[in-house]
Amino acid sequence: MRLKAAIVVFPGSNCDRDCARAWEFVTGGKASFVWHKESSMEDCDVVILPGGFSFGDYLRSGAIARFSPVMAEVARLAKRGSLVLGICNGFQILTEAGLLPGSLIRNSGLKYVCKDVFVRVENVSSPFTGRYEEGQVLRIPISHGEGNYNAPGDVLERLRDEGRVVLRYSDPSGRVGPDTAPNGSADSIAGVLGEGGNVLGIMPHPERVSDRQLGGTDGAAFWESMVDSLRVKGIRV
Amino acid sequence: MKFKATVRVMPKPSVLDPQGAALERALRTMGGEGVGSVRVGKRIEIVLDGPGEAEVMELVARWADQLLANPNMETFGLELVALDEA
Repeated sequence: MRLKAAIVVFPGSNCDRDCARAWEFVTGGKASFVWHKESSMEDCDVVILPGGFSFGDYLRSGAIARFSPVMAEVARLAKRGSLVLGICNGFQILTEAGLLPGSLIRNSGLKYVCKDVFVRVENVSSPFTGRYEEGQVLRIPISHGEGNYNAPGDVLERLRDEGRVVLRYSDPSGRVGPDTAPNGSADSIAGVLGEGGNVLGIMPHPERVSDRQLGGTDGAAFWESMVDSLRVKGIRV
Repeated sequence: MKFKATVRVMPKPSVLDPQGAALERALRTMGGEGVGSVRVGKRIEIVLDGPGEAEVMELVARWADQLLANPNMETFGLELVALDEA
């Protein structure tokens, strides 16, 4: 079976083309765009919700995008077992839609933060991170004003216990502490998995570090890992 | 009947409110030594037609729960007034 990858485009998405470029460059496969008004999607194996400022971030980031017609299809595909990756604004939309736990609130420093940070890979058994090594430190850019991950204490505990925290902000040596999150995130969380393990939300932008000529390759293994985990099911690029 | 619904959205006490914390510091520097705490929320006003107060209240509560507030981190309060149709 041929692998099908779709990138959902909302009004205000601005990393959609970067994601398509990174996906195609790294995997050699094809990515197609799906406009948010579509009320039906074909059975894609990979769905990417890209970064940007959907609906101008009005009310709360992702709050309005969550009601776009396409989101019912994203929920259906998530339930079907497709890999759903939300990056930055895509992560915010997935939390608003209830496909991921918690919320992303205003950065604790109130400032929009756009810079390279370090994250530690905490779980390499997810379908998104199999190519990384446990504890590997990635240098990867963030670019957000609302990336401060928050959830009730019992939810944070469950995420920890179930290995659903996939990325944590760290220092270059991989140390994680309350001072290593650039945005105030609880537990320095930079990425979490949904209950079924096939939905991932991350604040950093792997599509911006997937090509050596564009400043780094630390993000490339996200795409490669997804392809690996689908190949096991007989789905090929 | 015409109504004006006012929805007040506030961050839950358990959730850190970075804007409130920044204002709190600012007010202290403006001589507000007595300032205890500051929290920042939103006020949303909706003018709408509806059959009656109970129905409109229920409708707006559903909107508040699903869109206007995020129950993960915010609480909301509702107020409804009937507008004169003069």
